[in-house]
Amino acid sequence: MKFFALLLAGASLLLPVGVQAQETAPDVLVKNVTTEVLDIIRTDKDIKAGNTQRVIDLIEKKVLPHFNFQRMTALAVGKDWRQASPAQQKALTDEFRDLLVRTYSNALTAYKNETVDFRPFKMQPGETDVTVRTQIHQSGARQPISLDYSLEKQPQGWKVYDVVVAGVSLVTNYRSTFGTEIRNGGIDGLIKTLKAKNSSLEASTKK
Amino acid sequence: MKSTIFIVISRLAVISIAAGLLGGCATSGNPKDPIEGFNRAMFGFNEGLDKVIIKPVATGYEAVIPSPLRTGVSNFFSNIADLMIGVNNLLQGKPAQAASDAGRVLVNTTMGFLGIIDVASSMGMEKHVEDVGQTFGRWGMSDGAYVVLPIFGPRTARDTIGLAFDVYTDPVAHVDHIPTRNVLLTTRLISDRAELLKADRIIEEAALDKYSYVRDAYLQRRRSLIHDGNPPREQDGSAEQESDNKRAEAGESPQPAPAQTAMRQ
Repeated sequence: MKFFALLLAGASLLLPVGVQAQETAPDVLVKNVTTEVLDIIRTDKDIKAGNTQRVIDLIEKKVLPHFNFQRMTALAVGKDWRQASPAQQKALTDEFRDLLVRTYSNALTAYKNETVDFRPFKMQPGETDVTVRTQIHQSGARQPISLDYSLEKQPQGWKVYDVVVAGVSLVTNYRSTFGTEIRNGGIDGLIKTLKAKNSSLEASTKK
Repeated sequence: MKSTIFIVISRLAVISIAAGLLGGCATSGNPKDPIEGFNRAMFGFNEGLDKVIIKPVATGYEAVIPSPLRTGVSNFFSNIADLMIGVNNLLQGKPAQAASDAGRVLVNTTMGFLGIIDVASSMGMEKHVEDVGQTFGRWGMSDGAYVVLPIFGPRTARDTIGLAFDVYTDPVAHVDHIPTRNVLLTTRLISDRAELLKADRIIEEAALDKYSYVRDAYLQRRRSLIHDGNPPREQDGSAEQESDNKRAEAGESPQPAPAQTAMRQ
């Protein structure tokens, strides 16, 4: 059971990938965005008052530009990705992004008061795929949770394509569920399931 | 009071196991989870037990006990656990980590007032997570089937055997004075559960199907732990990996899976 705790705790921090100039080094990028987003979450009055939508907006603005959601969705879907049409791929990416953003917003809000440590980072020149490691120290808990970001270099700068909390990839963790959905109802079945999940989450935020 | 709780538990068990048998063929054909029907039933039972008893108590604990005190309780049990963590590190051929774990116990038990303050961590002696299941994994034993145990929750076949050793060597379980032992075991359970309260809701929202989300997270987490946070990269079957696609497609089971059990809300 314990790893969930970690899992989720980590999720909170995973948002941290902020708005920076194009050639920012990946570790600096992660650090800047984490710091900036956490600062806002801790101080913004509306967010403190429990305005979830505002957190979601913040993440859309500050964090999403640094994520490669198409790659994330492809990773989560796995081998079936190739049999999806471009329109289906786009629909999947949109729905999966909404689900992740919402999850992250909740996690971030729940864990906003924890401290984040940035682990030493080394990169070979010319590397295009790196992992930036951070740790979250949860008050009242016995040990830190690892939160790692996988980034790849793109023409527009470094983009996060995976977030690993306490050893659990928040992206590939969906693969077997997605696979089952696709076997039962095809790609469109999965899109439908994701849509239904997102609208039920949205409904519960509003009330 | 005690008997009421017992009745609730046994009813939950009957209901969820009956549901599991009815839906016994509810399997998605995952090779790591051959007894999915049974596991889903047990998962439902654990969820019910958690909802009715454990979670409400943990919530109350979190509300009533101030955070520094909860940290103290958590640290106290963590210190006791470091003992066997050290032994496992030794068994896994990591003497340096084992020595550090022994040092942690020494420092925390003395300077940290019986482990209540984790002085060792602030001195840079890192806390490790080890158990007998990981030791077996390190020795090359494979996971075996995924299984959901009552109360203990997710394990693999290998980790179930490991758990038996963990319980057998658990210092808290060997306290002779039975009322004290029961208080300690209960407190530890509640303290552990309280740490997961926030995570709970997030998982609930993230998962399309909580059962498989939890299962897959458990399996990933164990793999990571066995490799001390640096597992070899799994073949990932992603769009980019052509050869892997072919392999995965060839190995895929031909029959479609029966309908998946309803998502738990």
